[in-house]
Amino acid sequence: MRKFIGIILLVIIAWGLLITMKEIPFGEQKTKVGKYYIENGEVDTGASNIVTSVVVSYRSFDTLGEVTVLFLAAIGVGAVLATFQRKEKRKLEPSSLILNTGCRFLFPLILLFGAYIFIHGHLTPGGGFQGGAVIASAFVLVYLGCRGKRINQAGSKLAESLGGLTFVILGLIGLAVGGRYFLLNFLPKGEFNTLFSAGIIPIIYIAIGFKVGSELSGIIDQLMEES
Amino acid sequence: MIILASLLVVLMLVAAIAASVFKDLISAVIAGCMVSLIAAVLFYLLQAPDVAMAEASIGAALVSAVFIVAIKRTKRYEE
Repeated sequence: MRKFIGIILLVIIAWGLLITMKEIPFGEQKTKVGKYYIENGEVDTGASNIVTSVVVSYRSFDTLGEVTVLFLAAIGVGAVLATFQRKEKRKLEPSSLILNTGCRFLFPLILLFGAYIFIHGHLTPGGGFQGGAVIASAFVLVYLGCRGKRINQAGSKLAESLGGLTFVILGLIGLAVGGRYFLLNFLPKGEFNTLFSAGIIPIIYIAIGFKVGSELSGIIDQLMEES
Repeated sequence: MIILASLLVVLMLVAAIAASVFKDLISAVIAGCMVSLIAAVLFYLLQAPDVAMAEASIGAALVSAVFIVAIKRTKRYEE
């Protein structure tokens, strides 16, 4: 009986989605703002990745809000898990030599890849959020593979705070220099499609990468510590 | 291109149904991880590499890790 009701509900949801999606003209140019970004993104921001020029230049205030939401989520997880009593250090069975060596070999390579993603955020696909998630997955690998290794809590908190501070201070400098709006791109644009281009976009993305990476690995650390 | 995309969508459906049917919760998490990975490939085929990267790293790696920690603290098999 319960399964039957479930199937009927699923059919109703699928039908609702179908009639909604049929009305949306996918792939057609309906708004003017998307066309504006594609045509003027290169000149306005100097970033060759259009997605980055939208996320960190046109809509960078939204990105600040997004980073704040992630920060609040990390604090929430910390507050919930801190109420449990810390148990004494249990004796963990050491992992096998092959697993241990493999993890220790892969860990710096994954970190390097994450750093590459967020440093080249204005040139190639990817950016601060993706790079931060890749860095956090490197920490997951270490927690699962090499038993008993923990991240340095103080260093992680420092990286997180510095990332957030850099973002806000850059925005305030833009406001002070230009006097028009928050997060103004006040640095020179440089040569298009080179590493040192697009003004403050790479700096902001590096800050976001550090912040997201340390926050996500902090969440993973707290979860793993309890189990 | 369209054949590859349809094949991936069918695989994704199979993995999603498997995730809800499995009694072993670790297998269900791996099936859910497979849904995310195929979604990442589909995003790449639809020319959204930024979204594909986020989906692959968060959906496949981090969410599975969180689920596995939760299973480790509770029970592995569903009754």
